[in-house]
Amino acid sequence: MPSPLEIFVTFARVGISGFGGVNFWLRRVLIQEKRWITDAEFLEGFAVGQIIPGPNVYNLSIMIGHRMGGWAGAFAAIAGIMGPPFLVTLALGLLYRRYQALPVLEHAIGGMAAAAAGLVIANGLMLAAALPRRARPWIFLLLGFGGIGILHWPLLYVIAGLGPLATWLAWRDEARRRASR
Amino acid sequence: MSAHDIGGLFLHILLLGSVAVGGLSTVMPDIYRYMVDERGLISGREFADAYALAQAAPGPNALWVALVGLQAGGVPGAVASIVAILLPATTFTCIAIALQARRPDAPLALALRRGLAPVAVGFMLASGWVLARSVEHGWPGYALAGATALAVLRTRLNPLVLLALGAAAGVAGLI
Repeated sequence: MPSPLEIFVTFARVGISGFGGVNFWLRRVLIQEKRWITDAEFLEGFAVGQIIPGPNVYNLSIMIGHRMGGWAGAFAAIAGIMGPPFLVTLALGLLYRRYQALPVLEHAIGGMAAAAAGLVIANGLMLAAALPRRARPWIFLLLGFGGIGILHWPLLYVIAGLGPLATWLAWRDEARRRASR
Repeated sequence: MSAHDIGGLFLHILLLGSVAVGGLSTVMPDIYRYMVDERGLISGREFADAYALAQAAPGPNALWVALVGLQAGGVPGAVASIVAILLPATTFTCIAIALQARRPDAPLALALRRGLAPVAVGFMLASGWVLARSVEHGWPGYALAGATALAVLRTRLNPLVLLALGAAAGVAGLI
């Protein structure tokens, strides 16, 4: 069983290498290099992480850290995956605050921000493409988008309105599918 | 930014962190609404810039929350924001571990995931839309966002390369 220190160092390495997202490095270091978990366990953790609020990579790190070293391991994983990248990002942010009025920087970051918006849109489109080809998911997608993106309603109201209905409908579908088998 | 403002921001992000199923992009529009539209803590452009910077920096993408907090309230704002967003995630994950929730195919979990997935995708698209609008570069900005999205979908270019191309387009005066 690895020590909390080894867990911390390993996750710190993953965090600090994770330019543009951490998932890739998480898989490479933890599955291929350290062999702490298998692909199947990774996917299972990923699926559990998806129904828990918060960043998926972060939730997954806690679960893997716990599996490798108990609660001490879980918190070593948190400190590793967030701590060093937080300090680097903070330093970048302080530089930005100091120099944000420089025209060159203003233009460069403005262009980067437009590109970053494109990255988020592409992520959304890729996930949308994986939705079932039926009307209902797309109606919920449009309601979610419209309520938040167009009407600017508070998110909590939109979730309170759509969440229980969407969950209940999915529950009923699944119950029917099981009954018909 | 006063301690009172930081407290308000902390509570708002804490609340959103508790419902951020499907990742933080789903709650980004509401953090934007609170910080930019409702409280005027930072400008729309600063919000979009902070998000872009965090994407270009190493580490979990979630760190954009720390950067918008930094922009609003300095280092205390950054710490308050990132703790607020991670506290619910930590709590819920530890509860899931303690309950040995290792069955993502349990009926309720399945219904939650299937039911909420399309709503979360709608929120994510709304995030992209909110970001693209707050860049404030008019149609060239939208065109750059659209071209980047297309490049992600059609090529295997690394996101960092696309961010660098965006920065280059900005410096070249294209947007």
